[in-house]
Amino acid sequence: MYSCPMTIDKPVIGRPDDAAGSPPPDGGGGDGGTPPAGSWSPIEFRLDAASGVPTYLQLVHQVEHALRLGYLKPGDQLPKVRDVVAALAINPNTVLKAYRELETKGLAAGRPGQGTFVRATLSQVALPELTALRKALLGWLTTAAAAGLDEDGMVALFTSALRDFHDRRGGTGGRRGAASGGTEGVA
Amino acid sequence: MTGNIVETSGLGKRYGRTWALRECTLALPAGHVAALVGPNGAGKTTLLNLAVGLAEPTAGAVTVLGGLAAGSAAALDGIAFVAQDTPLYKNLSAADMLHLTRNLNRRFDRPYAEARLAELGIPLNRKAGKLSGGQQAQLALTLALGRRPRLLVLDEPMAMLDPLARHDFMAIVLTAMADDGVSVLLSSHVLAELERVADYLILLSRGRVQVAGEVDGLLASHRVLTGPTAEADKYAERPVVHAQRGQAQAHLLVRASAGDPVPPGFQAHPVGLEELAMAYLREPGAGALPGPAPMRQEAAR
Repeated sequence: MYSCPMTIDKPVIGRPDDAAGSPPPDGGGGDGGTPPAGSWSPIEFRLDAASGVPTYLQLVHQVEHALRLGYLKPGDQLPKVRDVVAALAINPNTVLKAYRELETKGLAAGRPGQGTFVRATLSQVALPELTALRKALLGWLTTAAAAGLDEDGMVALFTSALRDFHDRRGGTGGRRGAASGGTEGVA
Repeated sequence: MTGNIVETSGLGKRYGRTWALRECTLALPAGHVAALVGPNGAGKTTLLNLAVGLAEPTAGAVTVLGGLAAGSAAALDGIAFVAQDTPLYKNLSAADMLHLTRNLNRRFDRPYAEARLAELGIPLNRKAGKLSGGQQAQLALTLALGRRPRLLVLDEPMAMLDPLARHDFMAIVLTAMADDGVSVLLSSHVLAELERVADYLILLSRGRVQVAGEVDGLLASHRVLTGPTAEADKYAERPVVHAQRGQAQAHLLVRASAGDPVPPGFQAHPVGLEELAMAYLREPGAGALPGPAPMRQEAAR
């Protein structure tokens, strides 16, 4: 209904301008059925109504996720507010709030009359390393499953190990704040 | 745009011996999508009718668009209203409806309306009665937006629509807000859908304003505490809005911020708009007026 006049021949997943031959971070290769984005931005937002996470935070998380995985990089444009509003039927103030949050975090910057653009990146490692790490993690998951751990157990174990790791490093490093919208305090 | 898009003070409307709306004092800032929520007979339609000038107050006053008397010519020019059943002349074509609307209004942006109808794929020559329910709603909405209002008032806009049509309808409303800064006041029963759409909540109960404020502020100032029922009554002095007590475990929806201490043995969870509204709807005695309301000023945040 609100299709954009211009389509970019860029696939949504994978960056053609990255090092040639690097596989898309999704790694699968077989399921590349995602159509090209009809938008100026490399990403599109989706909403999970059942997640309980506030809408603006879902948008923030999706941008951070895309930055971490290399779908977005500095200079890229975030979806225009109007396009997000038209596609998801959400309040424009919600999108603006998400973009403000990203600006506060130093990840994005607004350009008057143009839109909001990515300023910094969150992917600390290049795509090939990311792929290798993912492979190693998949190996660990297989081992954990073989040992009888279900998915919730894996998440719990990983989270707990991550917390230990964080504490051992003296509380520095990039742990996300309490913004993930979950349970807050347990006494 | 500054000022309050709708402001009421001591507003009341009596039909016969029944007060449909009483002592309603509100200050709705511009630039929001405000959801007007309440049980049947709470006075929602009455309040909307008073704001758009379709009804005269019995008591108090209502102004719109930053101080204009509701119902005055200047106010009417800046407000568009879509009533509950998206009224259209079923035997007129969309083109006829455009023509009619242009001639019945002092201000109507016909090119804008035609462009939107083309975007929506609504054929101009088809009779309104032959359009699908979703398209009829879109046509009524487009005619309203064609007046290029500063305030769009919608009475139960989504009641008759299927989920896809609701989505498309709200997308048009919100795109108009993104493009032109239109403020929106809508009444609805569909609490779950308001979560994405509304950033201001007005909850009416028995003809009075029970809750009013920005959604972010309301959500930030409420928490659900879950813990042992036996301990729950100890915190009775806390501002508990609604309590669900099981034999062993109780859930208390309280007015508290993220930083407030959590009682020992309890867990605090953030609350969503639907849960918050439901809690207040179940407890007509409780109230939260943290926004620009006269009763309790400092409770915000």
